[in-house]
Amino acid sequence: MGLKNFFLKKSLWVFHFAGASCNNCDIEILDILTPRYDVERFGVQLVGSPRHADVILVSGSINQRDKPRLLEVYNQTSKPVFVVAFGACGCTGGVFAEGNTFAGPVDQIVPVDAYIPGCPPKPEAMISGLSKLMQTIS
Amino acid sequence: MEQQSYIENIQQQLPEGATGSQVVRKNRYVIDIRTESLLQMASHLYHNLRFRFIIASAFESKQGFEILYHFSDDEAGSIISLHVIMPHDKPEVDSLANMFSGANWIEREMREILGITFRNHPEPEKLLSEGNWAEGVYPYRKNYKS
Amino acid sequence: MANQKIIPVGPYHPLQEEPELFKLYCEGETVRDIKWETGYNHRGIEKLSESKTFEQVFFLVERICGICSTSHPFAFANCMEEIAQVEPPDRAKYIRSIVGELERLHSHYLWLGLAGHFLGYNTVWMWAWKYREPILDLFEIISGNRNSYAMFKIGGVRRDVTGDQIALARKTMSDLKKKNDLLTGAVMDDPVIHARTKGVGVLTREDVMDYAAVGPTARASGWDIDVRRDDPYAAYDMVEWKVITAPEGDVFAKAQVRLLENYESIKIIEQCLDGLEKEPEGDTEVKVREIPEGIGTGRAEAPRGEVFHFVKTDGSNSPVRHKIRAPSYVNIATFRKSCVGQTISDATISLAAVDPCYCCTERMAFAYDWHTGRKIYDGNQLVELSKQKTQQIIKNNA
Ligand code: SF4
Repeated sequence: MGLKNFFLKKSLWVFHFAGASCNNCDIEILDILTPRYDVERFGVQLVGSPRHADVILVSGSINQRDKPRLLEVYNQTSKPVFVVAFGACGCTGGVFAEGNTFAGPVDQIVPVDAYIPGCPPKPEAMISGLSKLMQTIS
Repeated sequence: MEQQSYIENIQQQLPEGATGSQVVRKNRYVIDIRTESLLQMASHLYHNLRFRFIIASAFESKQGFEILYHFSDDEAGSIISLHVIMPHDKPEVDSLANMFSGANWIEREMREILGITFRNHPEPEKLLSEGNWAEGVYPYRKNYKS
Repeated sequence: MANQKIIPVGPYHPLQEEPELFKLYCEGETVRDIKWETGYNHRGIEKLSESKTFEQVFFLVERICGICSTSHPFAFANCMEEIAQVEPPDRAKYIRSIVGELERLHSHYLWLGLAGHFLGYNTVWMWAWKYREPILDLFEIISGNRNSYAMFKIGGVRRDVTGDQIALARKTMSDLKKKNDLLTGAVMDDPVIHARTKGVGVLTREDVMDYAAVGPTARASGWDIDVRRDDPYAAYDMVEWKVITAPEGDVFAKAQVRLLENYESIKIIEQCLDGLEKEPEGDTEVKVREIPEGIGTGRAEAPRGEVFHFVKTDGSNSPVRHKIRAPSYVNIATFRKSCVGQTISDATISLAAVDPCYCCTERMAFAYDWHTGRKIYDGNQLVELSKQKTQQIIKNNA
């Protein structure tokens, strides 16, 4: 493991991109920052700008209007960046996959490194997903 | 009986323009009105009776485009809906957004999803469709193919 | 106009069903106008609903908004029961009210936490969200999921609440009461919170009427409306409770209304649990075979205000038209009134006061210099501004 990866593993900074979501995923993401789950102890932190991010967490289905913006956010991040599709919507489109504005699940727009299924995924599932992601860094 | 008199009472106070009314069930009323008299009627419900505007529901049916403007009488706990029908070829009605701002968004939304024109709308910009579907495509119309 | 700068807030900022891009037109520190763009979160739910059966629609409307994931099925159930002319059994009514009120509790805590966060008072955030967890645990035990509960169906509920669960619910409620006392004390007596929220983002009664705003936003402006009382459904007319109002219309009044509503919710839940014990177990639904042709309107009081559903049926097993009006749809529009004339640092809390899910402003809000297109603030800095103001006030008070 190089020095860069060593540090990366200890401090995954996450940018949260909410597409056309139902909010549940979003509040669960915030929830893991609060006292019961507290992911900051693993060095995971939500950041306000994609330029600081190591991970983009995409929750919600992506509609036509979000699609170019997701691409833009992806291009703005410094590489390497990990993309995590969060929730049933992020993985497949969930209940909204048949909607008239649906633009395809996340993995058809940007490359995805990890999927966290569930509607919404429990905070435990999310911690497990992120820790698996950390294990892939070596 | 009581229900009947409640709606008749409102209908009588309403100026000319109502063509009929019906009690859908307890505390739910629909008043059919002519398209031209919408402004007058809505103003009566909103200004004189102080009913709260809830929302408008628009849909396409055999008769044309129909809109139900739902108003809530919070004291009686009832919903009064003003019902207008517009012809298929020329769906046009006056905008209520100048009377109360609550109608602003929903009218823009109805224009985008069904292509109904609202005359004198104060802010006729797009609300939802920008980037999602093209101008002139109305996804909630019957002939829409996805 | 020349000196106006535009500060976009959003768009990745899922305000309930309507994530939007707010553009604050600012002159120096002062917000002069506000415009919004929506459509980022448009999923075509009303259209999707037309292709689903009535049973499936419940799961769909639940996913309109994760925080109000009971209110939408609630309103839809009310609406369908109106069309089918059925009345759920009392046990189902109690269970519905319990779920509805638990949701109000968790939603109000959520709001309080976020409002605290935006004032730079992260202790309130952590507290409120910590106390919210037992409610979610209770949900998980009752319904099997922390957030989308899938408890409702036409004519009743899907799951019964029995023995142990009742005991646990009682215990959670009595614990929660103490915590609510603590939080109410922390918020109501704090001079800094007073200084930051009193007289900020004021909405008058007339504004509320004009924008047709509902829920705590309306009640905090002295407008006494609550669908639970005005047009009773479920068990709300079988229990004792009162509607909380406040006349001031500012951010503080909104916080006050929500905090006091928590006590009412706890009261309602406790009475419903009593009621539940009297009803025979397992009597949770009436069978509905067929939905006749007709139109129906259903309402329910969500944590943020009245949810309204309109359904037109034609005798088949899916809706012909399904119109949904979520409370934020009308409440968000009031920003134009409450934010104009405020400073930018107060605008954040005024926007948050309405309780759009504000969690995401910090992600993609940038301020651009209108002429050069140079970025001046991002979302964190906006929050930072708000925090600095709080610090300043603390210093002045000391
Ligand atoms: S996966 Fe489920 S909870 Fe998450 S945004 Fe989609 S519908 Fe909502």
